[in-house]
Amino acid sequence: MTARTDRRDQPARKWRSSVGILRVLLYAVGLVPAAATFAMGLANRLGPDPVNVFERTLGLWAIRFLILSLCVTPLRELTGVSLLRYRRALGLLAFWYALFHVTVYVGLDQGFDGAVLLADITRRPFVIMGMAAFLIVTVLAATSNAWSIRRLGRRWRAVHRMVYLAGLCAAVHFILSFKLLRAEPLLYAVVMALLLLYRLLPDAIRRRRLAQR
Amino acid sequence: AALAARPDAQFGGGLTPTPFQDVTHYNNFYEFGLEKTDPAERSGGFHPHPWTVRVDGLVANPRTYDIDALLARPLQERLYRMRCVEAWSMVIPWIGFPLAELLKEVEPLGSAKYVAFESVVRPSEMPGQDGVLPVLDWPYVEGLRLDEALHPLTILAVGLYGQTLPNQNGAPIRLVVPWKYGFKGVKSVVRIRLTDTRPPTSWNLRAPDEYGFYANVNPEVDHPRWSQATERPIGARGGFFGAARKPTLPFNGYGEQVASLYAGMNLRRDF
Repeated sequence: MTARTDRRDQPARKWRSSVGILRVLLYAVGLVPAAATFAMGLANRLGPDPVNVFERTLGLWAIRFLILSLCVTPLRELTGVSLLRYRRALGLLAFWYALFHVTVYVGLDQGFDGAVLLADITRRPFVIMGMAAFLIVTVLAATSNAWSIRRLGRRWRAVHRMVYLAGLCAAVHFILSFKLLRAEPLLYAVVMALLLLYRLLPDAIRRRRLAQR
Repeated sequence: AALAARPDAQFGGGLTPTPFQDVTHYNNFYEFGLEKTDPAERSGGFHPHPWTVRVDGLVANPRTYDIDALLARPLQERLYRMRCVEAWSMVIPWIGFPLAELLKEVEPLGSAKYVAFESVVRPSEMPGQDGVLPVLDWPYVEGLRLDEALHPLTILAVGLYGQTLPNQNGAPIRLVVPWKYGFKGVKSVVRIRLTDTRPPTSWNLRAPDEYGFYANVNPEVDHPRWSQATERPIGARGGFFGAARKPTLPFNGYGEQVASLYAGMNLRRDF
């Protein structure tokens, strides 16, 4: 948003085009874990349970990108470093990974078995949590374009606040994917919780740093 | 070490064994860590020799067995299906002997109704028993009804693939009950006790709604978090597209031999 005001400046234009390049680079680098894991799977190098490893790797990156996209605002407000220009890319990467994760679950893992999938999605909180997170990021991805922002106007922000619910569901889903309470999903849940709790802080605290600038 | 055994052709017809590498490198043995790769990587410091197994409780003739004496028994090789509660499966050529042999030697009293098993506790050799987050209460304990324990399919395994049990598979002696989920197969057993009351079991203590005492493989009764209708065969060696799921069989395919043990029971309630 702030970039628009200084569009006329030459250095600013240069900066804008490098933002574009960085964004493309971010997508390219962001998709490397999916491509690399897929290639390893094709080469039979994911160990004795390859589908499970692929499925879990994709889910892990989905939650990582979701966390990164939720870091943008606190980072800007607390340190003044703004990565707002890359937030959409981070969010969309989270969506793509969630989509790959669900696709592998439905296809490679469950073999499109309708009865099993229906039972999973309707009866098991573990799967319901994951699916809720996926549906939310799908809606957010579908409305992450200039047309939707114009079209939805003020409601756009309200719609995109659902990302907090997606983060919560994803963190619970990750914890439930293991038989025991484990350190790794717990760590992700704590980070997620801190990022969500930050949103509850009063504006006076949150924007102090921005005001100083 | 190599271990001689008489192949028991009665078991395993038509089954293809899971590769040795996968049987020994994809394990749940939380005493060594939570990852499937941990048991193979972190069990090098475990000493399964010397070893004794105490068999006592409600018996006329309690005994302590030395592992060398157990290894010197006539041993059988049996190719068994192994179905994990996590919905993956293997086929393993176990070497061992029926648990019933030991139980008969100690002469169970009429009052004995159950058999309780106990694993070893050695935090200095088992890094998973030394962690920060709570895992399971040690020792790992399991149990069977006496008639299940006496069933000819129930064995104590002391080897696999023609050699003594690798540490990561439960050296030097473990329980194998092929019609039940793998977690019933208590590893590195130090004590077997006959009781008149149902013994507590580790996973049941941790999450009673997810893991029952019986834990019979049952495609009809789902785990609360996933379906048990199908399973992923481990080590199918086809990458993504070679490892298609296959249907899980009632009692893991051993229904003909064991279903009568549960006649009249509601296996949905007693899961």
